[in-house]
Amino acid sequence: MHIEILAPGILSLIQDAGRFGQHGIGLTSGGPMDPTAFKWANRLLHNDPHATALEVTVGGIKIKSHGRTRVAITGARVGVSINGRAQPQWQSLDLNPGDTLALAYATEGCRIYLAVAGGFKLAKQFGSNSTVVREGVGGLNGQALRAGDTLACGGLSGPYPAHQCLPAPLRPHYCDQVTLRVIRGYQQAHFSRREQALFFQSEFKVGASCDRMGYRLSGPRVRCDMDGILSEGICLGAIQVPKDGQPIILLNDRQTIGGYPKLGSVLSLDLAKLAQLGPGGRVKFAAITIDDAHNLLALAQHKFANSQTESLEA
Amino acid sequence: MTIDIQIAGENALIVYFGEGLSDHVSQHIQSVAGGLSVWVGSLLIDMVPSYASLMVIFNPALTDHLRVRQLIREAAQDARVQGMQTPSRLITLPVYYGAQAAPDLARLAENAGLSCQQVIDLHSAMEYRVYAIGFAPGFAYLGEVDARIAAPRLATPRKKVPKGAVAIADRQTAVYPASSPGGWNLIGLCPQPMFDPNAEPTMPVQVGDKVRFAAIDIGRFLSLGGQLTNGAG
Repeated sequence: MHIEILAPGILSLIQDAGRFGQHGIGLTSGGPMDPTAFKWANRLLHNDPHATALEVTVGGIKIKSHGRTRVAITGARVGVSINGRAQPQWQSLDLNPGDTLALAYATEGCRIYLAVAGGFKLAKQFGSNSTVVREGVGGLNGQALRAGDTLACGGLSGPYPAHQCLPAPLRPHYCDQVTLRVIRGYQQAHFSRREQALFFQSEFKVGASCDRMGYRLSGPRVRCDMDGILSEGICLGAIQVPKDGQPIILLNDRQTIGGYPKLGSVLSLDLAKLAQLGPGGRVKFAAITIDDAHNLLALAQHKFANSQTESLEA
Repeated sequence: MTIDIQIAGENALIVYFGEGLSDHVSQHIQSVAGGLSVWVGSLLIDMVPSYASLMVIFNPALTDHLRVRQLIREAAQDARVQGMQTPSRLITLPVYYGAQAAPDLARLAENAGLSCQQVIDLHSAMEYRVYAIGFAPGFAYLGEVDARIAAPRLATPRKKVPKGAVAIADRQTAVYPASSPGGWNLIGLCPQPMFDPNAEPTMPVQVGDKVRFAAIDIGRFLSLGGQLTNGAG
């Protein structure tokens, strides 16, 4: 059982939970930009939540099924069709041999997840299937999917379980304005109270330079009393402020070390919302403590574990 | 040595060691990282050692920043008691410093008031320490070069630096593990792969190692698998 990529769309990447324990050789973590939508795509198929799936940025992917399987599409709102007939998102869908599944372009959000029953099966690199194009690591030869690529995946055999869907109230909404919760840290003491007030009270816009490595924002100039620091580790969501005072939020494919001062880091749960924004998206920040963050993460984990998908009548 | 533990993010702490970079600080970071490494894969997810800091990423589903602070303090205490005798390996990397491989060597020498040969001699005379690995997979930051051959980054970075390029920026030196954009001054080519995902180990060096460069001629460079490309533009 495998699927064939007829058209790769804008940027389609093989992802799993991410690559961990490899920072020592300079490898970044990778992984889905919106882990919640990614995990739901897998849950709808009774997969492990971190089974290998596709992250499709903006859309345009077209695949052909060579066998019988099931898929689920979550994340950004996008037109889905099988053999030209419209299909719903946030629900498991059957694919029969020869079927063609096509995604249009996202109308709300920009990261779409496409999971397949049993997950995609391919050899891991450094413990993970996550593709980091900049490093040439993971996925198929470290690259984004291309037309003609084939991906082995789990098929469907035996008694068919009931189709699953995520009830509407549990689905995330993607809007073009988000408030990102920030845990202050790193060089925050080098940003004066005035500069921090400016940062937390202003609205920033997502610039043209926004990708899996980082989102560059534009807004009032935030000053730090130091230009550079000795290069040090950069964690997921770190808010780097270069000399021009325009913050950069570092994301899944970030460089592992860097020498710009940082004000702190964005809560991972909110990075998923940021990742769904495109250029022009509006961003505000709100400070929380690391203890708040800990509680919010625990709560989100419980919510995911305790939210149930709904069985649909066969 | 006093350490200063700061928050980096929701699941990361960063430990600062003393002031600035030195062999002593780097050794201390290595010892603490070594002590903490037993937790990687359980309470800890990953660590990033660098010049004067160690970032420690933990699994917030299994622990919290208070417990991780405690683990860090204990590792720092153990490192003090053991007197930091982590031996460092010495790795020798061959370098072809010939003109075709070194587009910035003549300019660097001229600005330094030295001959090309003197720059080569100074660069290959020192033992460098691997302070950090990052920027790209396998990119090892080595320091520090003799002050006489220190050179600022190029005003306009090159779009393409060839794989294996041996380079200087300020008092740091490095070998580009793969072809990439870069603004460092190129003074030679190293034929030995610095990052090979399919090799074991993936990299010939790790943080804390000592590295020395040995000048080789073109014949040896080619026999070691080195390639001259026009990738310096």
